[in-house]
Amino acid sequence: MNFEIAKDPINVQAVIDKVIQREAGAITTFIGTVREWTKGKKTVYLVYEAYEPMAVKKLEQIGTEIQERWSGAQVAITHRVGKLDITDIAVVIAVSTPHRNDAYEANRYAIERIKEIVPIWKKEHWEDGEEWIGNQLETVPYPTGKPEEKDFHE
Amino acid sequence: MNKLLFFAHLRDEAGHESVEIDAAGKTVAELKRMVAEKYGVQKLDSSMTAINEEFASNEEVIKEGDTIAFIPPVSGG
Repeated sequence: MNFEIAKDPINVQAVIDKVIQREAGAITTFIGTVREWTKGKKTVYLVYEAYEPMAVKKLEQIGTEIQERWSGAQVAITHRVGKLDITDIAVVIAVSTPHRNDAYEANRYAIERIKEIVPIWKKEHWEDGEEWIGNQLETVPYPTGKPEEKDFHE
Repeated sequence: MNKLLFFAHLRDEAGHESVEIDAAGKTVAELKRMVAEKYGVQKLDSSMTAINEEFASNEEVIKEGDTIAFIPPVSGG
C-alpha cells in the first residue's frame, strides 16, 4: 500500500521505508505542513476531505506516471484527511531513484500533480469564518468537464 | 438508478452527500443542468466529473448503475 489516505497522523519514516531499495542512491521526502498565515490571513485549523477510493487511484496513477518518466523510481504518498492544526503534516511524498536529480524532480512532479488531479479538498477555518479552497476564485474552470492535458503543465 | 456524490462546497450547496437519481442515457452536461436546477447547485460548470472514479468529459453518456461524482477544483497537498 504505497498510496494512502490517512485519518491519523502520518508516520514520516513509515512512508520513507516503503521506497527503500538497493538500487537507490537517493531518497527525497516532501512534507507538506499546515501554514498559519496565508496572504495576511491567520488560519486557525484546516479540514481536509477526500473522495477516498478515487483519491487512492489518482495517487497510484501519479506513481505510475513517475515510473514511466524516471526509470527505477519507487514512490510512496500518504495524504491526511480530517481536522489538522497549524504545523501538522498534511502530506508526505517519498521518492527513491538511482541518482539524486531524478529523486528531486520526480518528487516535485508528484506534489504538483496532487494539486491537479487528486480529489482532496481543504476547508480553511479562520478566526472570522471558513471557506472551501479551490472554489471561490474559479481560477481553474473546466469547460469540457475534465482537466485537459495542458492544465497539467502550467 | 445512479448514485450522485457531492463534495466540499457542492455538498454544502446541495445539502446532500449523495443522492439516487435515474440518469442513464443522459450526458454529463445534461445531468449537470438537471442537478443544478433540482438541487440549487451553482458552480457545477467549474467542476470536473468522475464516472465510476475516473474523470469523464461533458459528452460522456451515463449508464445504468454508474456512480457520478462532481469534483470541484481540488486543493490537496
